[in-house]
Amino acid sequence: MAGGNSRRMKELSKRRAVCAMPVAGSYRSIDFALSSMEFSRIQKVAVLMQYNSRSLNEHLASSKWWDFGRKQGGLFLFTPSFADAHSQWYRGTADALAQNISFLKNSHEPYVVIASGDCVYKLDYNEVLEYHVQKQADITVVVKDMPETFNVERYGTVQMDEDGRIRDFVEKPVIASSNTISCGIYVVRRRLLIDLLEKCAEENRYDFVQDVLIRYRGLKRIYGYRLASYWSNIASVDDYYRTNMDFLDPSIRDYFFKQYPEVHSKVADLPPAKYNVNVNIRNSLLSSGCIVNGTVENSVLFHQVYVGNNCVIRNSLILNDVYIGDNTIIENCIVESGDTIQENSCYKGENGIRIVIEKGERYTI
Amino acid sequence: MIVKKEMIAMLLAGGQGSRLGILTENMAKPAVSFGGKYRIIDFPLSNCINSGVDTVGVLTQYMPLRLNAHVGIGIPWDLDKNVGGVSVLSPYEKIENTEWYTGTANAIYQNLAYMESYNPDYVLILSGDHIYKMDYEAMLDFHKENGADVTIAVMPVPMEEAGRFGIMITDEEHRITDFEEKPAHPRSNLASMGIYIFSWETLKKALVENADQPNLDFGKHIIPYCRDNGSPLYAYEFNGYWKDVGTLTSYWEANMELIDIVPEFNLYEEFWKIYTRSTSNVPQFFGPDSKAERSIIGEGTEVLGKVYNSVIGCNVEIGEGAVVSGSILMNGTKIGRGARLDKVITAEDVIVGDGAVLGQGEDIPNDTRPDIYRDGLVTLGEGTVVPPGVSIGRNVMIAGKTEAADYPHGRLESGRTLVKEGDAQ
Repeated sequence: MAGGNSRRMKELSKRRAVCAMPVAGSYRSIDFALSSMEFSRIQKVAVLMQYNSRSLNEHLASSKWWDFGRKQGGLFLFTPSFADAHSQWYRGTADALAQNISFLKNSHEPYVVIASGDCVYKLDYNEVLEYHVQKQADITVVVKDMPETFNVERYGTVQMDEDGRIRDFVEKPVIASSNTISCGIYVVRRRLLIDLLEKCAEENRYDFVQDVLIRYRGLKRIYGYRLASYWSNIASVDDYYRTNMDFLDPSIRDYFFKQYPEVHSKVADLPPAKYNVNVNIRNSLLSSGCIVNGTVENSVLFHQVYVGNNCVIRNSLILNDVYIGDNTIIENCIVESGDTIQENSCYKGENGIRIVIEKGERYTI
Repeated sequence: MIVKKEMIAMLLAGGQGSRLGILTENMAKPAVSFGGKYRIIDFPLSNCINSGVDTVGVLTQYMPLRLNAHVGIGIPWDLDKNVGGVSVLSPYEKIENTEWYTGTANAIYQNLAYMESYNPDYVLILSGDHIYKMDYEAMLDFHKENGADVTIAVMPVPMEEAGRFGIMITDEEHRITDFEEKPAHPRSNLASMGIYIFSWETLKKALVENADQPNLDFGKHIIPYCRDNGSPLYAYEFNGYWKDVGTLTSYWEANMELIDIVPEFNLYEEFWKIYTRSTSNVPQFFGPDSKAERSIIGEGTEVLGKVYNSVIGCNVEIGEGAVVSGSILMNGTKIGRGARLDKVITAEDVIVGDGAVLGQGEDIPNDTRPDIYRDGLVTLGEGTVVPPGVSIGRNVMIAGKTEAADYPHGRLESGRTLVKEGDAQ
């Protein structure tokens, strides 16, 4: 599921779907779900997208990075299509699936994994499937126990019995009764999914969580699979910023970058990063194609960022292809990709993270 | 199937490149790393696809494993084509006269059938050991405009260096009137770059008629044959950056030129990208006490120490307190804490122990190959291990998993060669 937009992403989502957000220097959010599918040996993957899909389309233009370009299976991109007067946009997650029900019907695989593309994690879905079969579940939801301090307001929370069966499911609770949240990853038998979706469509119901999980939680055996490893949703500015900064933590970097399996992404074909004189870099991630002349601390620089002389960049995310002129100070900011920052400027996020969008004129260097 | 390719390229990648010493112990020269994340063959291959040449035969012979793995089916260069694309051509057994590739032109001759299958009008002959960006299509236009049978790319070199090259003497119309190989008294400063465009019929005839010539070579046999037969030969002058990386010293210098503020050979231009098989997509990390100045660094590298004036590959680890200067560290090198490296070339997957000091001492010539391991460079072969705490001089070559016992009093003096037999792999 890669259709969504989020108002919580503020200005950042004007440019692209959340799933296409750059993450950890050289990835896009959807790479984590796609790579998980790749190493789970899922060969047939459909990406459902709707909102501002240009970035996402560009990123998925070739399926070869995840090895989906095979004769069996493949990577399928589904956007709403308008055939007659009754055609509609995707009105919800269940509707998006229902509008592509022929794809589900024409497949022969017994199970379907539904995953959202705005989460950062690595997961072998076969482990979830094994659990699903062992529990004789109708639907299995991947869940995660969050710390007490974690604000679950924008997530779905679940209450499970001792066996792991989900007894209660509350979407976006105002007062949380549980700190176990749904990760938006589901395993379900294909036949059952088709039945459920057809029923939803008949009754004009469009939301998978509300109209399937919550509505059927008594009738169907819905189980929760507890995820122990790292998982983070990026769909708000603060979560996006925090998730990226998490990669400065050696244990998280090690988990994603050095331990099997690898996360794959579109190959950028960029030259090595280049460091000129008077450069100071501390505790930061930088990606290929960067040229740095200034100071960078506690920050993540994505592809092709140019940092001018005497610049100071602190606690910031600088997205792809940003030009930063000389003597500029940037602190606590997310600088949108493609920006051109004039020399001698100063941007500081005073109360929280500031999003910088500057379309200054760029002179070729 | 109807197949027609106007121009195909034949890339000679079979040579050892013995003057690169230990770097070509396990691989042919075109497979040697360059500029951090690249390998030398990436430059001609990228030039081909950027010039619209989408059919490339890569001729291999010496140690082809690394080259084969790198080229694969050509995906990184977009050379995975339905018709054409890249083909690796190695010597093969025949009913009669089975032989290795005995010379540059002999290698091409043995692959006449490959070329013929694409029905070409022109064949571009390239070598896999130069660093440059060149539009072969512009050269082809020049070839056609002049009605040439053979066009040789040349570049002006300083007159005093002309004696090291094959020199072309041309008239005002760029037609080659004469040529001389490494002349003592050069009559021109136009050096052959080893890049030729042949009209197909001319090439085929020249190869077939000279097939029995031992060690059939383009410079020595084919070009003279074409001249003697009256074929119009033209010189195409190229004025961009072109670097032969045939010796360790020139290899080191060419790498160091990439770290200039505005390098003469610019990898950062948007057009004419250089493609390579990427081994990693991971961003690079700088620790809290790190430093990088005048350096280029590849993906996945972790810098916890300090790096000056160096070219660093992918997935390299530089430990806390380590200082690396004037060095080339290829993919997968690991430098221990507090180690100090000055003018060191490490081949892939080298491990340098904590506190080791490399490149310190007098400039004493190397005891076994003073012609290769010179100019103060320390060279470590692929997979070499240097134990912690040892001190190593200049003009040194080390290969294999060495141990503390191999270093009397913890020191390997300048000019020494240390090879651990059996486990150099």
